Amino acid sequence: MRITLDQDRCCGAGTCVLTAPDVFDQDDDGIAVLLDAQPPAHLAAAVRDAAARCPAAAIRMEAE
Amino acid sequence: MADTSVHPTDQPGAQQPLPGLPRHRTCPFDPAPEYARLREDAPVSRIAFPGGGSGWLVTRYEDVRAMLADPRFSSRVGLTAPHVRPNPATLPEVPLPGALLRLDEPEHARYRRPVMRAFTVKRVQQLRPRIQQIVEERLDAMERAGGPVDLVAELALPVTSLVICELLGVSYDDRGTFQGLAGRILAVDASPEQSQQARQALGSFMAELVAAKRRTPGDDLISTLVAQADADPDGPLDDVALTVLGSLLLIAGHETTANMIALGTLTLLHHPDQLAALRGDPALADRAVEELLRYLTIIQFGLTRVATEDLTLGGQGIRAGEIVVASLPSANRDPGLGIDDPDRLDVTRGPSAHVAFGYGPHQCLGQQLARAELQTTLTSLFARFPGLRPAVSLDEAAFRDDMLIYGLHRLPVTW
Repeated sequence: MRITLDQDRCCGAGTCVLTAPDVFDQDDDGIAVLLDAQPPAHLAAAVRDAAARCPAAAIRMEAE
Repeated sequence: MADTSVHPTDQPGAQQPLPGLPRHRTCPFDPAPEYARLREDAPVSRIAFPGGGSGWLVTRYEDVRAMLADPRFSSRVGLTAPHVRPNPATLPEVPLPGALLRLDEPEHARYRRPVMRAFTVKRVQQLRPRIQQIVEERLDAMERAGGPVDLVAELALPVTSLVICELLGVSYDDRGTFQGLAGRILAVDASPEQSQQARQALGSFMAELVAAKRRTPGDDLISTLVAQADADPDGPLDDVALTVLGSLLLIAGHETTANMIALGTLTLLHHPDQLAALRGDPALADRAVEELLRYLTIIQFGLTRVATEDLTLGGQGIRAGEIVVASLPSANRDPGLGIDDPDRLDVTRGPSAHVAFGYGPHQCLGQQLARAELQTTLTSLFARFPGLRPAVSLDEAAFRDDMLIYGLHRLPVTW
């Protein structure tokens, strides 16, 4: 699984940090930051949740 | 950009008068039952507005999300809550700088970004010990007073007002002023003059605060924003924007969460099995709060947008200039949300992609703070008073059917 995050779209809601804290963080300004673009498979469900809940649709998941 | 369009069914002599927005609840914890029928039969339906004109009501989860994420639906609606207000105020065609609720991208992001930093997951985590302390002090005061006490006046409003006052740098002594103004701004039946006057009074209050923070900065968000504005004269923040942003944060920061605290408490008291589950496992607090947010969805009349071009939503054609209402309460009870039995309160269910905080780039800026306040207050309240119970029956409780934000005007409780 490969993840992309569009920081220009991010509106700083922080939902991804709550949902998948091993994969997403926020910088000091509140913009989401990708900690791991190729997280291990056991985090796939959490990342899918984060992508579904992101209000700005800024998270994309691609199977490799 | 008010809705002046006329639809064939608006014409005199047409088949039936248009229905209005469903507002008649049969249970105080559920949206009006009419929404379930609309989701089935007419998910994007024409409704009449009480002050004249008409628009569209969107009730399915999928359509609500699609609409709120679609930039062709503008936030520049020219009237305040025309779908519920018999006498909505007309708003300036060009929104004031900093008016987050009315701005579209990219202007919206220019004003949202400077305040986002105060509401990140990490920043809110750092506030938790202080929130806990504020809650404990209010619970001490309740205990000293002895029941019955009004939970809204003695716990819900003080906790959320103290937290947002400290964060923004507003004096808590001014709570009477801003709580009163919030009540006048959010009343469904407010006349344009009343709401205009209240908005102006709030603006003056905040303008004075901005000036005071410029003279004597503190360790607070308004001071930070003033410093940022003064350091970057070409940036988006001017004194009008600071005043508008500050006013919005102050009202949105105390009123919404206070209502969730009171209504969430009463909901749990009326669902003893759910309360027992939460008491048995305090680690459920985050799930319980998420579920209460979804189940109660206190932005009871939803969000309005205006279509900027002719388009199709949920199979229904919508014309440029028409006002469209996204019903958040209906979307959160739609099986399309992807949870089992959405009409059942279940504090053990996993987090859902609910829309209680809205959806799209406008989604609630303060949602992490709201979660922290709700988790802390509800957990501590039920731990402190194991025998907590309402001191009035449901029939006597003062539900806020008359306010843009649902909840309770008062909630007498005892223990």
